[in-house]
Amino acid sequence: MKIAVCVKHVPEGVKRIDASSKRLDRSGEGALNAFDANAVEEALRLKEAAGGGEVVLVSLGPAKAQDALRKALAMGADRAVLISDDAVAGSDLVATSYALAKALERENADLVLFGQQAGDSDGAVLWAAVADRLRRPMVSQAAELTHGDGKLTVKRQTEFGYDVIETPLPAVVAVSDAINEPRYPSLKGIMGAKSKPQETLSLADLAVEADRVGTDGSRTEVYALNAPPSRGESRKIDDDGNAAQQIVDFLAEKRLV
Amino acid sequence: MSTLVFLEHHGNELLKPSLGVLSKAASLGDEDVAGVVIGSDVRALADEAGKFGAARVHVADDPRLEAPLAQPRVDVLAQLVRDNGYDTVLFANSVLAADVAAGLAARLDAGLNWDLTDVVRDDGRLVGKRPALQDSIYVDVGWTSEPRLALFRQGSFDPTATGGSAEVEDVNVQLEEFSTSARMVEQAHEESEGPSIEDAEVVVAGGRGLGGPENFTLVEQLAKALGGAVGATRAVVDAGWYPYSTQVGQTGKTVAPKLYIACGISGAIQHKVGMQASGVIVAINKDPNAPIFEFSDLGVVGDVHEVVPKLTELVNQRKGS
Ligand SMILES: Cc1cc2nc3c(=O)[nH]c(=O)nc-3n(C[C@H](O)[C@H](O)[C@H](O)COP(=O)(O)OP(=O)(O)OC[C@H]3O[C@@H](n4cnc5c(N)ncnc54)[C@H](O)[C@@H]3O)c2cc1C
Ligand SMILES: Nc1ncnc2c1ncn2[C@@H]1O[C@H](COP(=O)(O)O)[C@@H](O)[C@H]1O
Repeated sequence: MKIAVCVKHVPEGVKRIDASSKRLDRSGEGALNAFDANAVEEALRLKEAAGGGEVVLVSLGPAKAQDALRKALAMGADRAVLISDDAVAGSDLVATSYALAKALERENADLVLFGQQAGDSDGAVLWAAVADRLRRPMVSQAAELTHGDGKLTVKRQTEFGYDVIETPLPAVVAVSDAINEPRYPSLKGIMGAKSKPQETLSLADLAVEADRVGTDGSRTEVYALNAPPSRGESRKIDDDGNAAQQIVDFLAEKRLV
Repeated sequence: MSTLVFLEHHGNELLKPSLGVLSKAASLGDEDVAGVVIGSDVRALADEAGKFGAARVHVADDPRLEAPLAQPRVDVLAQLVRDNGYDTVLFANSVLAADVAAGLAARLDAGLNWDLTDVVRDDGRLVGKRPALQDSIYVDVGWTSEPRLALFRQGSFDPTATGGSAEVEDVNVQLEEFSTSARMVEQAHEESEGPSIEDAEVVVAGGRGLGGPENFTLVEQLAKALGGAVGATRAVVDAGWYPYSTQVGQTGKTVAPKLYIACGISGAIQHKVGMQASGVIVAINKDPNAPIFEFSDLGVVGDVHEVVPKLTELVNQRKGS
């Protein structure tokens, strides 16, 4: 089974939005999006269970994203493909899904996996856009995945309880972070990752038109950055043995008891 | 502006967050606010939507639409937008709606802004309000395409019944093959006991700070004294301390009681989005730097094992006197 895993390089530490470009500051150190380690882990387990196949990482991001991809290679993925081009910066959902779909079409995997969400955009939506572009069935929030007879069975959590969904392959699945405990790369894995293929593709390599990505290909924009509204007056007290009484007084004042 | 609102239902009810978005759309002053109900045997739900401001309700009623799966719904919405020229499509966030909205964005090459808490009209232009980076910054966002797609955080708007009635139109449902190849084989609904936390006026919620499942009795007793319901964080639900049906937050329920008391809860953003619309928030946490204090009206730095039982006793005394 050939599995493509979409993984993202996200800024590490405290994130900030640059006031002039109104974009997330991506100049500092970055790392593999933590939620994507769950998708990589699941891909490795499926490959192991199937007794063979290939796990390919597919990413869109700055050139230094290759470092983040190396971590996933150290976990056991076989090779990595990074779409990196100056023209891609500032891509929103519409543009990102377009470019990723182009790279995924080229890979033509049986299964495309996504993580729960990108730690910087908190979108948790990309898979649905990519699946639509690929015209493949899609299941999100997978908390359990089993493969057999050419189909996948997915158990997932919703607001109302659990769903069990079956889909034929090829398919697109987004996993929840509850699905597994990602393995730590072994020393051997870390050493071996250095010699695994890491390809960097330009837009031209994928025949992606420049006006379909970046700011030109995006359909959303940011007008202004504002401070969060304050919740109004707020009080904080230390419990000196009397806090319960102070809470009751506060509730009485608000007519809540 | 002509706006279409995706109206999600569960069982025989339209969901409150979708009706809230519909009311909001109607309040923006458009003549043409429509809703769409998609499912099987759902025609009766369409009339309900008229009461919340929809002038028109499209009904896609088809057995193939029974299971709440996103992709066939994208087909229906794409067709409606193309045939009727809607320039704005609005959604209340949910597992289903997020996937529908993003699929539609790709299908129509239309901009999607998510996690919005409000939308305003500014000089004729639609502007979305979006908290970002753990709500530390509020971003004004817009669209450069039509249609414009938006997903709103649950609880952003209250539904307001205006008592109108809607013209109901049937959709001629046409589905893509790939949209219908995934199949729902089982749906298990967890129903909670006692007062539902979504309707309760008081919610007392417990987190990992309680120390163990046995200490949930502290929370239950306080909830009982206040006539409220019990909520929980995902951390304690994942640990098996309390049932999933009580989970509050991004992947659980969204609540907006008059009073929310958080006991031993750190206040992670994913929890916050499910309870921040509460009227008054009281937090008890022994860590003075816990994020929950940043959005509490009254924060108590203290031990839940000390404070909560005393509080229950005092509330019971007040009731008794
Ligand atoms: C994709 C995703 C979705 C999520 N969805 C949700 C969701 O829907 N709902 C949700 O709740 N979470 C959700 N989470 C998890 C969320 O990020 C937090 O991990 C979770 O809310 C933490 O729960 P907690 O506050 O109980 O535990 P902790 O973060 O461990 O906090 C426990 C708190 O208790 C305090 N404490 C300890 N002992 C005491 C004591 N004796 N007295 C007083 N205070 C004490 C500690 O100081 C600490 O602040 C989600 C996470 C992800 C990644
Ligand atoms: N630039 C990217 N390149 C590859 N995969 C991505 C990228 N952005 C997001 N993803 C994938 O999509 C998932 C959801 O991202 P999002 O919808 O942006 O929160 C992530 O967990 C990743 O699996």
